[in-house]
Amino acid sequence: MTVTLPPYDDVVARYEPVIGLETHVELGTRTKMFCGCPIDFGGQPNTRICPVCLGLPGSLPVANKAAIEATIRIGLALNCTIATWSRFARKNYFYPDMPKNYQISQYDEPLCVDGWLDVEVEGEIVRVGIERVHLEEDTGKTLHVGGATGRIHGATESLVDYNRAGIPLVEIVTKPVPGTGALAPIVARAYVTELRDVIRSLGVSDVRMEQGSLRCDVNTSLSLPGAEWGTRTETKNVNSLRSVERAVRSEILRQAPILDAGGKIKQETRHFHEDTGETTAGRSKETATDYRYFPEPDLVPLAPDPAWVATLKESLPELPRVHRKRLQTDWGLSDLDMQSVVNAGAVELIEETVAAGASPEGARKWWLGELARRANEAGVELVEVGATPAHVAELQGLVDGGKLNDKLARTVLEGVIAGEGTPTEIMTARGLEVVSDTGALTAAVDDAIAANPDVAAKIREGKVAAAGVLVGAVMKATRGQADAKTVRELIIARLS
Amino acid sequence: MSDLTRMSAAQLAAAIASGEASATEVTNAHLERIAAVDDRVHAFLHVDAEGARAAALDVDERRSAGEPLGPLAGVPVGVKDIVVTRGVPTTAGSKILEGWRPPYDATIVERMRAAGLVMLGKTNLDEFAMGSSTEYSAYGPTYNPWDLGRIPGGSGGGSAAALAAYEAPLTVGTDTGGSIRQPGAVTGTVGAKPTYGGTSRYGLVAFSSSLDTPGPCARTVEDAALLHAVLAGHDPRDSTSIPQPVPDVVGAARQGATGDLTGVRLGLVREFGGEGAEAGVTAAFRDGLDALTKLGAEVVEVSCPNFQYALPAYYLIAPSECSSNLARFDGVRYGLRVGDDGNRALEEVMSLTREAGFGPEVKRRVIIGTYALSSGYYDAYYGQAQKVRTLITRDFTAAFERVDVLVSPTTPFVAFPLGSRTSDPYQMYLADLYTIPVNLYGGPAISVPCGLSEGLPVGFQIMAPTLADDRMYRVAAALESAVGTLTPGELS
Amino acid sequence: MAAISREEVAHLARLSRLAVTEEELDLFAGQLDVILQAVARVGEVVAEDIPPTSHSVPLTNVLRDDIEVPCLTADEALAGAPDVEEGRFRVPRILEEEV
Ligand SMILES: [Zn+2]
Repeated sequence: MTVTLPPYDDVVARYEPVIGLETHVELGTRTKMFCGCPIDFGGQPNTRICPVCLGLPGSLPVANKAAIEATIRIGLALNCTIATWSRFARKNYFYPDMPKNYQISQYDEPLCVDGWLDVEVEGEIVRVGIERVHLEEDTGKTLHVGGATGRIHGATESLVDYNRAGIPLVEIVTKPVPGTGALAPIVARAYVTELRDVIRSLGVSDVRMEQGSLRCDVNTSLSLPGAEWGTRTETKNVNSLRSVERAVRSEILRQAPILDAGGKIKQETRHFHEDTGETTAGRSKETATDYRYFPEPDLVPLAPDPAWVATLKESLPELPRVHRKRLQTDWGLSDLDMQSVVNAGAVELIEETVAAGASPEGARKWWLGELARRANEAGVELVEVGATPAHVAELQGLVDGGKLNDKLARTVLEGVIAGEGTPTEIMTARGLEVVSDTGALTAAVDDAIAANPDVAAKIREGKVAAAGVLVGAVMKATRGQADAKTVRELIIARLS
Repeated sequence: MSDLTRMSAAQLAAAIASGEASATEVTNAHLERIAAVDDRVHAFLHVDAEGARAAALDVDERRSAGEPLGPLAGVPVGVKDIVVTRGVPTTAGSKILEGWRPPYDATIVERMRAAGLVMLGKTNLDEFAMGSSTEYSAYGPTYNPWDLGRIPGGSGGGSAAALAAYEAPLTVGTDTGGSIRQPGAVTGTVGAKPTYGGTSRYGLVAFSSSLDTPGPCARTVEDAALLHAVLAGHDPRDSTSIPQPVPDVVGAARQGATGDLTGVRLGLVREFGGEGAEAGVTAAFRDGLDALTKLGAEVVEVSCPNFQYALPAYYLIAPSECSSNLARFDGVRYGLRVGDDGNRALEEVMSLTREAGFGPEVKRRVIIGTYALSSGYYDAYYGQAQKVRTLITRDFTAAFERVDVLVSPTTPFVAFPLGSRTSDPYQMYLADLYTIPVNLYGGPAISVPCGLSEGLPVGFQIMAPTLADDRMYRVAAALESAVGTLTPGELS
Repeated sequence: MAAISREEVAHLARLSRLAVTEEELDLFAGQLDVILQAVARVGEVVAEDIPPTSHSVPLTNVLRDDIEVPCLTADEALAGAPDVEEGRFRVPRILEEEV
């Protein structure tokens, strides 16, 4: 008897995926990498530039100390060796978003090498090797005009804004990650998530994928077990954690049938499409571009001395994995419960909600329950769902204080997500507060008793279970704004 | 008052400080001289008469108000057109930058403005400072005031010729492989290349970043030292700028002018002694050497075995860096754009722009540099050239353990006739044979006149250890005191 | 033997974004060959264990503090541009993808 496996399971049963990730992180320094232009987004085009970042003839770069320190701290957090001698190099190629037609980057002498990052996947630790962490400058932004989709193909002209040119960009390159089998897509996602959390904990970048301050290229190859690693493709345009996972999965599914048919995987750049979840071919890398790297003669070498590195090491915060262990204890969660919090991307949200005054149980209930459901429905990350930790803490406070019941609280939350204001404002504006005025409630109870004499009689006889009918009537009369427990107590008190 | 254009910068500054002449008078005299002779010399690409007069007036007003003035306040200066000047056209001698008015000043220009120097305009050069004759300027050659049929040297031929033609008492040059010293030599003027990093490169249109050094050009050693003192000093905008204090070059020049070189050891590089220099050049150089020994200096022969590889190493390093530095000239952000007809794609427009905007020597060097940096050739060419650079540096270091300065002719031949070497680029490169080694090492060097050969000036080069710029000024001033300055005949 | 062929020169010119003419190719190929044969002399030096010198200044860690400096105005930044549209530098359509 043959078993027909679903395609993905079939593929990963026969092929061994190897993944690799190249992540770019825009640093949150005040000024750019090699000049004093401020980094602030949203300015008019070409108003955050100077002779240096516009590449005017005669201008010269001077490296930003804060960016160097941030890179070393990232390297240290990723267990890298910090180079004692490191240089910038010029990467030469013509492209209009690059003001000098070379990028100041690092080549064979990066700042940090040979580290690792442990990520937890399904209760197991996967150690992802870090090849290197280096520093470079970002490019400008090109607007393609005249094409159908704002893409380069079909455009009749392009417009360049150099505000982003020269923003410090840290590139973190993993070693190839073999041996993850069917979990490869999940490992990729877990790695980027963990990396993001590490960098955020360092306070050196806001690492927002949706805003491009964290960008990720995913390399994927397949090989038969025991065989040499296959040709890899490099997938770009992966703009969310979810996309990281989907991109790896779709590349695995795309490559397998080609290999099955005896074909060869082309070494190329591929673009991930959020809408279809598939990748399409981009530039072929078979004729490798010769970037003619050479040491940047306008800059002198970096030679971080051990004392400086030690000081930076001391400044490292508790790293997310350690931090999470502590939170788990504080919140009294089992490994499994904590894992679901992590998987939901809710650690910091819950932490901040607790910091804003909510109980850990209350905070967890909202973020993993109602809010997770809504984020899922909307296809967004939890952090983008529209409610903040402060909102959630306030909401839970209203419930704890008896002003809202669970049902009302969900209605209020809906308003928060719709942007109507804070929970208190919405509760007041919509008149959703629990009716706690005993006078009004007593009147409603009396009305209900009067309207249901049979039921009242049963209760008087001690059949307390019958009270449910009267509670229902009172709740209906108060449009749900009464606290059911209070109503019940009132009814029984009235009839005993 | 004698002819203001014949006076030295030091004399002019003194006259202005004492009220004997106003900065405005001095400036006008030079602007008139330019108007009278520059159609024959073509030392200037742009004359900023308005800006110069305004700057001169400012000095005069500050003087009247009793404000303290710097030692060169009110003295006019010409600036090589590869130095960026705010609002004043800066072309680097190339069509690709025609019409560009920079929105900022080079650090050395800021320093000169702050010191009260009056900028007359921008002087001619080989395109992007690549050349030894100024014939590669996209705006036509400069003519040597000693013989208008001959080249004024390069790349800073305009800066040197402006001095020899009395159009300016001071000019600024840049020296990558000899572009200050070689023009100085063939025009009978003084040209000094400071220690690399001693003068800021911020605002120099980059040719070869690890070699480019701005420096002073003048008719006297003291004037060169005075301008050197204004230009030099640490600049936080240039990562390769040296933080150490500038040596007292003016004091050293004045000390040297007393004519005593007792105990000073001059190193004669054995490897420069062979073939290469014209007989007349060698003879004039020997006369200079004799004059120095009469002042008490001692001559010691030293060996620098790797100097023979300096020219090849230089012609790999400089083109490599230039191929990258010149990539930014693409017709997107500033300068020329050619072929944008609405149909052509950017890549083609860029290529047409660069093709039209660059002259043949620039194209040759860009292509060589692209080749030398290619992954398959990097180790054999650029990488190897950088190792040779280490060896040349070791030769200098070893030599300076035995002698105080090294001396040589500045250039193997006197000013050659226009057009005589342009068809064979490598013959042109040989003009830099003696000037290049010290660029690779980074130390300071100066060219000072030592006599004539067939009626044309010969330059004497003095090279000193890095940061010992004062030492070369002392020896140069001593030589000047013995030989005197050279004066060309009236322009024919 | 020639150090560099006409075809190589043509390839390098394309890499350097120079639309050289056929005449230039003929001229440059010969000249560059002479130059390259001459500069190839650096290969005569035995320098395996010699460190390269890329800077003649023995400086390291030249860094600036993370402090803002005024920018150019948009007008200053765009003044020299051959073509401007909506405050941006306009270029013709781009054939090649971003790297
Ligand atoms: Zn800037």
